[in-house]
Amino acid sequence: MTRFSAGDHVQVLALGKEGHVRIPHYIRHQTGRVTEYCGTYLNPEDLAVGNTSGRAVDLYRVAFLQRQLWPDDAIPAQDTLIIEIYDHWLRSVKETENAP
Amino acid sequence: MPHDHQHGEHEALIIEDEAGNIEAQIIIDALQQVLIGKGLLTAHEVTAAIAKLESPGLHLGAKIVAKAWTDPTFKSRLLSDGRTAVQELDIPVTEARIIVVENTAQLHNLITCTLCSCYPRSILGQPPSWYISKAYRARSVREPRQVLAEFGLDLMQDIKLVVHDSNADMRYLVLPEPPHDVERYTISELETMISRDHLIGVARGVG
Repeated sequence: MTRFSAGDHVQVLALGKEGHVRIPHYIRHQTGRVTEYCGTYLNPEDLAVGNTSGRAVDLYRVAFLQRQLWPDDAIPAQDTLIIEIYDHWLRSVKETENAP
Repeated sequence: MPHDHQHGEHEALIIEDEAGNIEAQIIIDALQQVLIGKGLLTAHEVTAAIAKLESPGLHLGAKIVAKAWTDPTFKSRLLSDGRTAVQELDIPVTEARIIVVENTAQLHNLITCTLCSCYPRSILGQPPSWYISKAYRARSVREPRQVLAEFGLDLMQDIKLVVHDSNADMRYLVLPEPPHDVERYTISELETMISRDHLIGVARGVG
């Protein structure tokens, strides 16, 4: 049983972790919607320091409105960005207008 | 200019030029020289490994797309499980998952990797140098329509643009729209019409 399903509204956390993380700064704090569950993968934060026995983590694809990511009215309202986010970087949020 | 601040307060510095990491190249050259000198490696083994890395390429991507255009059941398998469908064509896929995203009359897909240079290498080989450049990585998410225009693609405002940042474990291929007269062509003719840029999404129309 995964924590999120396609269609769920989520916010990307800003965990402030040091070292090798795969959640770029531009997507932290942003709210979007899960489009797809991708399965479980070894955590790159563990792999980067040679730990290959860490717990596998759930990975999701999450969609965001480009207009919400970048303050620019010239961006067409329907344009979207989809990025992969590991479970521990996500929290559930109530429905938001700022999600595709 | 005095250098009186600690680098720890910044994000990690990446030492590279647009083509690659020069410092790493020097270290690798020295390491290879030592390993060959000690008889642990031969120059032939190194070139064979490079040849293996470079043997995938656009021809495999074009084969996948032409098959999808001409075989609807293959296309639906490709869109639901890219890795398994690609392997049907005897292409050894080493990536965990391949996600194939389909362009339509109303939708255009663009692939990028903002953090490094993730790319479906076991299918398409090594990415073009611009794909690895900091400029493409930053601008493909921040102002993708301008980037497309610089590639000669003026995407209509009413076509939805979806940018896929392949920041983690998935790898992506764009399935372009077939030419409107697709049935007029043989498979091999279709394959020659497909470019690497179509499969990344910086080009759109085929034929």
